[in-house]
Amino acid sequence: MHLEQRARISRPLQWAAPLLAVAFTLLVAAGLVAGAGAPIGQACASLLQGGFGSRFAWTETLTRATPLILTGLAVAVSFRARLFNIGAEGQLYAGALAAVAVGGQHAGVNEGAGFALSAWLLFPLMMLAAAAAGALLLLGPAILKSRLGVDEVVTTLLLNFIVLLLVSLMLDGPMKDPAAMGWPQSVELQSTMQLGKLVDRSRLHSGLLWAVFCSGLCWLLMQRTTLGFEIRAVGANAQAARFAGIAVMRTTITAALLSGALAGLAGAIEVAGRSGYLTLDMSPGYGYTGIVIAMLAALNPLVVVAAAIFVAGVLVGADDMSRVVNVPTYIADVIVAVALLSMLVASVFARYRFVFRGLRHAR
Amino acid sequence: MARSASRLTTASRRPAANRLQTALPAEVPALRLSGICKRFGELLANDDISLELGRGEVLALLGENGAGKSTLVSILFGHYRADAGQIDVFGTPLPPGNARAALNAGIGMVHQHFMLADNLSVLDNVMLGSEPLWQPFSRRDAARRRLLDMADRFGLEVNPNARVGSLSVGERQRVEILKALLTGGACAPRGASGRPGTRVLILDEPTSVLTPDEVESLFVTLQRMVAQGLSLIFISHKLDEVLRVSDRIAVLRGGRLVACIPKGQTDKARLAELMVGREVAVPRRRPSRAGRLVCELRAARLHDAEGRRLLDDVDLGMFAGEVLAIAGVSGNGQQALADVLFGLRSLDAGRMLMDGIDMPPRPAARVAAGVARIPEDRHSVGVVGDLPLWENAILERYRSRSFSRWGWVRRGAAQAHAKALVEAFDVRGTEAQGVATPTRSLSGGNMQKLILARVLTPEPGQHGAAAPKLIIADQPTWGLDIGAVANVHQRLLDACAQGSAVLLICEDLDEIFAIADRIAVMHRGRLSAARPRAAWSLPEIGLAMAGGLTEAVLAHSARGVGDAP
Repeated sequence: MHLEQRARISRPLQWAAPLLAVAFTLLVAAGLVAGAGAPIGQACASLLQGGFGSRFAWTETLTRATPLILTGLAVAVSFRARLFNIGAEGQLYAGALAAVAVGGQHAGVNEGAGFALSAWLLFPLMMLAAAAAGALLLLGPAILKSRLGVDEVVTTLLLNFIVLLLVSLMLDGPMKDPAAMGWPQSVELQSTMQLGKLVDRSRLHSGLLWAVFCSGLCWLLMQRTTLGFEIRAVGANAQAARFAGIAVMRTTITAALLSGALAGLAGAIEVAGRSGYLTLDMSPGYGYTGIVIAMLAALNPLVVVAAAIFVAGVLVGADDMSRVVNVPTYIADVIVAVALLSMLVASVFARYRFVFRGLRHAR
Repeated sequence: MARSASRLTTASRRPAANRLQTALPAEVPALRLSGICKRFGELLANDDISLELGRGEVLALLGENGAGKSTLVSILFGHYRADAGQIDVFGTPLPPGNARAALNAGIGMVHQHFMLADNLSVLDNVMLGSEPLWQPFSRRDAARRRLLDMADRFGLEVNPNARVGSLSVGERQRVEILKALLTGGACAPRGASGRPGTRVLILDEPTSVLTPDEVESLFVTLQRMVAQGLSLIFISHKLDEVLRVSDRIAVLRGGRLVACIPKGQTDKARLAELMVGREVAVPRRRPSRAGRLVCELRAARLHDAEGRRLLDDVDLGMFAGEVLAIAGVSGNGQQALADVLFGLRSLDAGRMLMDGIDMPPRPAARVAAGVARIPEDRHSVGVVGDLPLWENAILERYRSRSFSRWGWVRRGAAQAHAKALVEAFDVRGTEAQGVATPTRSLSGGNMQKLILARVLTPEPGQHGAAAPKLIIADQPTWGLDIGAVANVHQRLLDACAQGSAVLLICEDLDEIFAIADRIAVMHRGRLSAARPRAAWSLPEIGLAMAGGLTEAVLAHSARGVGDAP
């Protein structure tokens, strides 16, 4: 048996493949729920209800989706350039740390009020610092990859742990909030640096609009600009791109900076929109989930928004499901993982046809 | 040449006094294919093909790429199972879809791309896969005896202990042939007659990598095989060779057997017509009118990572309105030369000048200076297969003002340009999706048309501009069928007539003699003097390709630029 690339993917197939993948995912989830001894119908209903069934559910889902959109975009941009950035998690924390460093109420600065700049200046500075921190974190692996051929999967993945330890150091040291009764958490952001709420009595903040805006920008960049053209050409065939005169190394590094900046922004927006201060458990793996989301969206920046909302909904809904039918919440992680795998398999099925030797198209 | 050909035919017509087949009645053919059909989706790759191969006969299988030659051979060899039809080997039906059975029946194959392990010795390579795995020790002595015996029988001189990686291409092919001869029937149950051995040998494009001399010695070997009763299937698209070597010629076109003709009853033009299905336009030549010096290499030197010389003091002058061809067996530095001219690699020493100015080693600088570059590997270097056709059409010039402004791609202009290219160069396969067609889905010939269109057409708004100053074409017709080859040649000659200097790097001497004005030969990184086509004879060029350059000729090349046509 072997695989053979299809010359063209027909339109029905293009639609059927992801739908079948979702159906398969639901089937597996149902099996797991049944295995845990819970009623499938009720579990499903509570999952949907918890994720999308009410105003509260929607605000929670969208709040959770906000950082996921940004990390998903970060991964989508870098993967498009064939730079496998597994380090969005670390870049997110680096961005959050930079945001707190610029926008926080530091004890030693301005009598505990932090940097005394007008909010119109300080807010962009804070976001810029966060983006720069994320970008710089990915710059090293990108240069190592294009100069020396060092595998970026390894370097970016390991940098995550280094950054997390650095954050831990800062939260227990210079950035520790003296008023936090010994908890390792950072000082709070200045109140003018925190994002406003989109919906009353919810946690949903204006960061969602930023994330959706970034998604549109990324799409324009990738599809309409020369830089996006370069990134796509380099990612699809670096040899041909180089032959045609595209500066491959410069393009890879630009894509890396963009990707890191998006992940860094995710961190800053999460801090500024949610708690207002940084803790070590701020991200339940947003960076890694971003990989899943980018793959689910087939690296399309616009689809990333939908994929992030789907994943966030499943994660939020699973909490409800576990409460109602008493199954473990990590079923949500399994659902997301199965969704990713079946989507990848579906795309293989769509792009290739399976050939069983000797039996093919037998008349 | 003619002499050896006639010897070959007389040898093959002689009633075979062979020890290979004894008990069978003489009229049973070595191989009989009846009604072979094979369909891949919409494509009918083999349509009711019936063929016979006599004992001691050489049958040529002629056809363009995609005519169904490979499919037919794969069915014969058990890699595919035919949808319909039957194969008989010496009167015994061959079970379909079973490669082992084909081997045991005595069918051997010499692949175009050698199936040898470079890091093993000749003997190891020949034994590989031919021994049952259950025996604890391999029987090397017996295998060595059989190898030397077979080598002696067919005049295939090899050293069983040599590492394959250290052998020349011609020697490797000998090993490949010996392997094919020895593997046939190796695992068959031994009867009283012992191993049946290989009785039908298939050679897939065996001359494509050889120098003229090596081709000669291959033909002598084939002749000895036929004399000993082997039956051969010779796959090729080179008409001269086919006419020389074979007794009968089977022509495939679009999956059908369109003709099966004894050699004496046909000629080159007729075969070409049968292959293509229409008359083939011969490129219109014009008298050479070499103009000014456009580009030159001076004492160019390049080493690889291990310090071996890829380019050894190469001097080269390219003149407007002239086709200069670099001949040579592949792997003698042509790749390095092309990379330097394309701007992909910088020289270790020496200079590359265009219009007297040093060129920076960057592809973009070459494009800007008016160099049209046609790479050897159109699939992985020439285009980005995953991008649509129109984006590939502007791949080299997306930064120009015609196709982008302020960092935004001018999609309308770019797509209109691509559409114009598709029409002007007749790129097919874009009917359904137009310029949004994924480039990967184009056939080789159409992909090459797209690349030619991209490099030969000036940007919109510059329609007054002439042809490119310099065209570097690295194996531009590799893997194309006759019609597409003629198209490429015509495009190059047309550009040349409009004043482009054309550098053609090519391994195919027919092609070189068809369109080149001057020819230089490359061997182990050294380049001979470029001499007018008429000044080279075929034996001379063969000698030069094999490295038989005299120091005098090389000394001559020291002023290669000086001896303008």
